[in-house]
Amino acid sequence: MTTESPAVVDLQAQQQVHEPLLVIDAHKAEQQYWRDLWAYRELAAFLAWRDILVRYKQTAMGIAWAVVRPLLLMLVGTFIFEKVLRQPSVGDVPYAILVYCGVLPWQFFGDSLTASSNSLVANANMISKIYFPRLLLPLSKLVVSCVDFVLSFCVLGLLMAWYGFAPSANIVFLPLFVLLGAATAFAAGQILAALNVKYRDVMYVVPFIVQFGAYMSSVFFSSDRIPEQYRAIYSLNPMVSVIDGFRWCVLGPVSSLYWPGIVSAVLVVVALLIGGAVYFRKTERTFADVI
Amino acid sequence: MSDTVIHAEAVSKRYIIRHNRLSHLTLRDSLSAGVKRLLGRGGSAQQEEFWALRDVSFAVERGSRIGIIGRNGAGKSTLLKVLSRITPPTEGRITIKGRVASLLEVGTGFHPDLTGRENIYMNGAILGMKRHEIRAKFDEIVAFAEVDRFLDTPVKRYSSGMFVRLAFAVAAHLEPEILIVDEVLAVGDAEFQKKCLGKMHDVSTGEGRTVFFVSHNMAAIENLCTHAIYMTRGKVTKVGPARDVVDLYVRKGGSTDLANARAVGAVFELMRVRAGTPEGAPLTPLKPAIIELQFRSTRAISDASAHVLFEDLNGSPVFGLDSCDFVARTGLAANESATLRFNVASLPLQPGPYRVRLWLKSQGEHLIWEVPDIFDVTVEAASVYGGRAIERQYHGTAAAVVTASLERQMEVAA
Repeated sequence: MTTESPAVVDLQAQQQVHEPLLVIDAHKAEQQYWRDLWAYRELAAFLAWRDILVRYKQTAMGIAWAVVRPLLLMLVGTFIFEKVLRQPSVGDVPYAILVYCGVLPWQFFGDSLTASSNSLVANANMISKIYFPRLLLPLSKLVVSCVDFVLSFCVLGLLMAWYGFAPSANIVFLPLFVLLGAATAFAAGQILAALNVKYRDVMYVVPFIVQFGAYMSSVFFSSDRIPEQYRAIYSLNPMVSVIDGFRWCVLGPVSSLYWPGIVSAVLVVVALLIGGAVYFRKTERTFADVI
Repeated sequence: MSDTVIHAEAVSKRYIIRHNRLSHLTLRDSLSAGVKRLLGRGGSAQQEEFWALRDVSFAVERGSRIGIIGRNGAGKSTLLKVLSRITPPTEGRITIKGRVASLLEVGTGFHPDLTGRENIYMNGAILGMKRHEIRAKFDEIVAFAEVDRFLDTPVKRYSSGMFVRLAFAVAAHLEPEILIVDEVLAVGDAEFQKKCLGKMHDVSTGEGRTVFFVSHNMAAIENLCTHAIYMTRGKVTKVGPARDVVDLYVRKGGSTDLANARAVGAVFELMRVRAGTPEGAPLTPLKPAIIELQFRSTRAISDASAHVLFEDLNGSPVFGLDSCDFVARTGLAANESATLRFNVASLPLQPGPYRVRLWLKSQGEHLIWEVPDIFDVTVEAASVYGGRAIERQYHGTAAAVVTASLERQMEVAA
């Protein structure tokens, strides 16, 4: 085919300079994927922004839900574990603060995991009509959970002021453990999201993980209560180390760090991140056909 | 120097279709089928390969406007999806020079709870625009869509016309080198369609962009496109100047002779379909019509039946015929072929194009096979009541035509 209008030809020279060349090959993976992921970073921000704008529309309490949920969970956890089961706290830390320091990272993890594992299916329409690196969807959900996390973190500040409990200097290391928690949630979320495209069973599995995982991650009690012989196996769950680390940062040395657990958590998370990304990339090409 | 911006080499796309058995199986049946499948014997869902695209090759030069035409199911939309990187080809290779933006659906990513303003940013980002690009084009988009008074209203309160205008406006102000547009304009009103076609023409001639455009509207293709690709069942039938290709399509697609129709399913094979008058003339309003299908089955079936459904171009069903509703039962031996002919006493359709969908089925075998091809038929214009030839557009595009006569009674005013 040829162009018919001579005016078109004049424009070639200036246009050719910055033109990307795209090759779609049936047998080769796309080379520009990671570059695209970077190029589409604004879309991730927009998707997160959309979710934040929309999520509390038509609710009476609005954004307050972000702080009410962890507070309620903390109250119930404190009542059951301190008053009923008579679990001791660590040092002189009020039990409510001990529990809230567990609830905070756990809720961040649970929310991210739930939202990111549903992110592909919930946006099925976009996936079948528009090209973009699909990894953006679970990523944007992580951003949304971060906003809630910041809000409920402010509540921790209020809670500590109420009990007159000063945070320890370890708090400067807090971002590292938040990062580990986010990486855990994202690593698991991307795998579950990709699986969910084909097997909707995932939708039933995730609430189960979030509900029972809390008891397997020391949310309502200190990890020191775990018998020594089970500690190594128990710490294979990366969220145990995230929560322990969180407490260590906020409550100070009264809450001990279990180093073998932290090392194994980092290894598990890195393996999940890499393995998950490989699986995601492999199945991503067929999302539009399967979803 | 040749300036090819898109080069497709032998692109094919395969889908695997699973034929589900009839859904009124009991839970016990599905459980036992599941167990059998687990044990690895029998009961498995029937699979069938379907090539939505087969060896599609073409080259497109900068600044051309390419129309893609073909019947439903010809692979037009699949081709656009492969070009837009939504789904990968099974075979072949495409090289594209320049940024691609595709508009396969109006308003993808629009959120009903967000306002017009918010959705412009959201949709722009989804289509690949940067924030500063959207900001720079914002006023132009609003003016084009004519929604300035409703910018801060959630789009769920928009009329469908406003919604479409806003969505197209965002897409039209993209600045990709290659713009891919599926049949999205069918939803707007005539005036807005004209405006959109004009806009696509402008971006192509004025700014040297390449436009891909799928439509069933031949007039639009002829007006807008420099070239066209005519596709039939996943293959390219003809590539060339738009006018020539449209001519060929109209000649072929408009005919009522479907004698070469042939489609193969896992059990059934459709060998021939015919729709016309008993004398073999094209379908005519209120005249006798026959719809005839010849098919066979790879295995013995005691109660083969066929369902025929006429739809108008919007996909609304107009009427259907099901051989189960008649007395006869059709038993078929393996590889025996049967011909079913529906005799319609008086065809109740206005002149114009229709689509025919077919199903072959067996209650006893729990089998329904939808023939993947959809057939186009045209009902000829004719004078039905003795006066002028009737036309669908005179009747508010109603599909039906009825037997009627007109009586007149005149009185002289006192």
